[in-house]
Amino acid sequence: MAYPASMEESKRKVEETRPRRLEKGPCARIPEAEREELVSKFHPDYRKEQFRELRLGPNKGRPAPLEIADVLEGNSRIDPDKVDIENIDYEVDVLVIGCGGAGGSAALLAEENGASVLIASKLRLGDANTIGAQAGTQGCDRANDSPIMHYLDIVGGGHFTNNPELAEALAKDSPDVIRWLESLGVNWDKEPDNSYHELSGGGASRRRMHSCRDYTGLEEMRVIRDEIRQRNWHGKKIDWLEFEPAIELLMDGKGQVAGAILMNLETKRMTIVRAKAVIMATGGLGRTHIQGFPTTNHYGATADGLVLAYRVGCRLVDIDTMQYHPTGAAFPPQVLGLLVTEKVRTLGAEIVNCDGEQFVHPLEARDTEASAEIRECKERGKGVATPTGELGCWLDSPMIEIKRGEGTIRRELPAMVRQFSRFNIDITKEPILVYPTLHYQNGGIMIEADASTPVPGLFAAGECEGGVHGRNRLIGNSTLDLFVFGRRAGRAAAKWVKEVKLGKLTLEHVRKWQRELKEAGLESMPVSPMLLPNYANQEKPVPGFQPLGQISGYTPFGDRAVRWI
Amino acid sequence: MAETKIEEKAEKKIRMLNIYIMGKHYEAPEGLTIQTALEHCGYNIVRGCGCRAGFCGACATIYSFTHDPTISYALACQKEIEQNMVILQMPFFPSTEALYNLEDLEPKEGENKLLELYPDLLTCFGCNNCTKTCPQDLLVMDFVSDALRGDYEKVHEKSFDCVLCGLCAARCPQGIQPYNIALAARRLRGSYLTPVPQHNLDRVKEIEEGKFDAELEALKKSDGAELRRRYAEREIEPAL
Ligand SMILES: Cc1cc2nc3c(=O)[nH]c(=O)nc-3n(C[C@H](O)[C@H](O)[C@H](O)COP(=O)(O)OP(=O)(O)OC[C@H]3O[C@@H](n4cnc5c(N)ncnc54)[C@H](O)[C@@H]3O)c2cc1C
Ligand code: FES
Repeated sequence: MAYPASMEESKRKVEETRPRRLEKGPCARIPEAEREELVSKFHPDYRKEQFRELRLGPNKGRPAPLEIADVLEGNSRIDPDKVDIENIDYEVDVLVIGCGGAGGSAALLAEENGASVLIASKLRLGDANTIGAQAGTQGCDRANDSPIMHYLDIVGGGHFTNNPELAEALAKDSPDVIRWLESLGVNWDKEPDNSYHELSGGGASRRRMHSCRDYTGLEEMRVIRDEIRQRNWHGKKIDWLEFEPAIELLMDGKGQVAGAILMNLETKRMTIVRAKAVIMATGGLGRTHIQGFPTTNHYGATADGLVLAYRVGCRLVDIDTMQYHPTGAAFPPQVLGLLVTEKVRTLGAEIVNCDGEQFVHPLEARDTEASAEIRECKERGKGVATPTGELGCWLDSPMIEIKRGEGTIRRELPAMVRQFSRFNIDITKEPILVYPTLHYQNGGIMIEADASTPVPGLFAAGECEGGVHGRNRLIGNSTLDLFVFGRRAGRAAAKWVKEVKLGKLTLEHVRKWQRELKEAGLESMPVSPMLLPNYANQEKPVPGFQPLGQISGYTPFGDRAVRWI
Repeated sequence: MAETKIEEKAEKKIRMLNIYIMGKHYEAPEGLTIQTALEHCGYNIVRGCGCRAGFCGACATIYSFTHDPTISYALACQKEIEQNMVILQMPFFPSTEALYNLEDLEPKEGENKLLELYPDLLTCFGCNNCTKTCPQDLLVMDFVSDALRGDYEKVHEKSFDCVLCGLCAARCPQGIQPYNIALAARRLRGSYLTPVPQHNLDRVKEIEEGKFDAELEALKKSDGAELRRRYAEREIEPAL
């Protein structure tokens, strides 16, 4: 109904071909050799001109997407000579940077293991990618499943590029993560006999996806967040600062990470936190809009953790590979790029072109599916154009109702029904227009199985860390990853703080970084971390005024110099 | 940048609407949400913006119209602007939540833990403001009365899609916190009333006892060809 007349005709063709498609079933999967050709020709990861070699830091000489290279090679937001780091505001055992699922679970486990914890959160606690997760979390806990099967799926899905130790940890901890979340009060979908209702997912050889309708991440996050608050109110040593992102790490003279500088997003004042251990849990980078793609990610997904860790010497793995989700919304413009969960396809919806014809199996790996859509729209001219000039393919959701009975969509996909009905599209009766959207950072900060990084005192968990999934992550393994490594990071950090002796705080690493930038001729790079994207329409701005997230000069605040606007 | 791109294209074809941000007049293209309209008018949002997709409740907001001062409620990232809309700044909704230690909260026959935690449940007089306000269209007043009766299952069922935006509590003349009550009810249900299934506990135990360690160790060490073979030959369970 809400589709404009220009799209109605194509929509009718989808309806016309539906009975035939229902009878025939999905088209064949693409053979391996063809798959490689398709992906290398159409997947955004293979567009060489969109990457460049980093010119300094631990990954020097290795490629990164242009947008990520820009922030990694950015200038510090602080002037190390003007900041008084002796003027400490908080002194804690463990500082957790970011509070999605990874940061939240790390904080809980660190507290349980005896450490005092402070969480620094850029937005509110839990305003994170985690809360948007819809489809579910993998856990190999059914009788016909095992960590062996799960492991094979993880490494096969990652094209055998994963770090085996990390992949093993992911598989082995998964049943316990599911148990732990339920004990905290997460309501997993269940069968009448109380066993988990588990679904299959792209690349998984067993049904092991645990979900909570299509609000899985919301359920996980609101429980974790509530538990953090409840513990705080019960006088446990766990506290948080909201709207205070980390803008630089602090080191001590012995090469150990020793805290961070935070910035109050509203007053632009700094907060100095001295901590014996820091857990980086800043999540993804969708809001850098790599190659101009729209994204499924939350407002604060700007690669900050990569930037901060890189500056203290952490190597980044597989940072040149991103996951483009094949079903980002392409219409209406209000939801452009937002996620249409893979569950729509697992439940039986097919992807078809403007003529209502299938061109790809609906459950190919994400890179293959996305590449096929790009080919269909860009090369074969079989995309559907929207009034605002976007192109997309149809995701034929009404097939679900026909295959599985009326009411299935409302029961299994309430969030999707609501999302589209707000714009007068009834996905139980009408197909959804989709196109690939920037979804997930496959790689990240290099870690060990206990979530430690090579830099003593620094741990990393969740989407900002890398190696677990290799160059491709499977559905349901990320919300798993963040609890597996979040919990490991919390435990390991709590252990570390019992042993470590911190030296005097220093910003020598920032001075060194600024020196190297200068030597490489990069002193005019924008400042980073980016913190927030800049979406404000800057028609006729006051000359010299640059909002957050962009380059500028210094703005002194008393004795504390923060380079911001 | 992606979001500006749509706006530029939209401007060519789409009608401009009069909107009033905190009373100040701006024009913005039809089709923008309250959130993107603010950005279109030059605002750089810091607060009141999370997922930008209707999942996190960060952007709960209120608005009215120049010709109608009655206040309406919405998620700013989901609500399209309308002609002569008066957009009030994203308010902050302080929440009061009962203190509890989940471990001490096991519900027992004949006890209503929710009422113990939230005695003001009793003061609900059924004005239904909460339900009328809910941007997720949940039957808030209904689950408040389910909570009053200690029916955790029904509260879970009816409140599950709650994004905790806090609007219901902000509108309650009695100061009841429906969204926090529902959160407590769901946590109790998840933790106590639907125990962790045996198949999961068995697997956790097997893993703890090291049942899979030798085989995993071998897999980790096996060369690429062997691993690829195992992967290619693995049997795939059909979807449900
Ligand atoms: C819409 C959507 C749907 C998804 N669905 C699924 C799914 O079904 N299954 C699955 O397995 N995975 C899914 N994923 C992927 C998965 O949800 C994420 O990869 C995962 O939640 C990341 O968790 P995290 O804790 O590492 O990061 P996040 O949850 O993003 O949390 C990071 C937090 O750190 C904060 N932060 C960032 N920078 C700073 C800073 N400088 N200082 C302080 N704080 C900072 C952020 O604001 C945020 O709150 C989905 C992702 C999205 C976006
Ligand atoms: S920003 Fe998350 S609900 Fe609107």
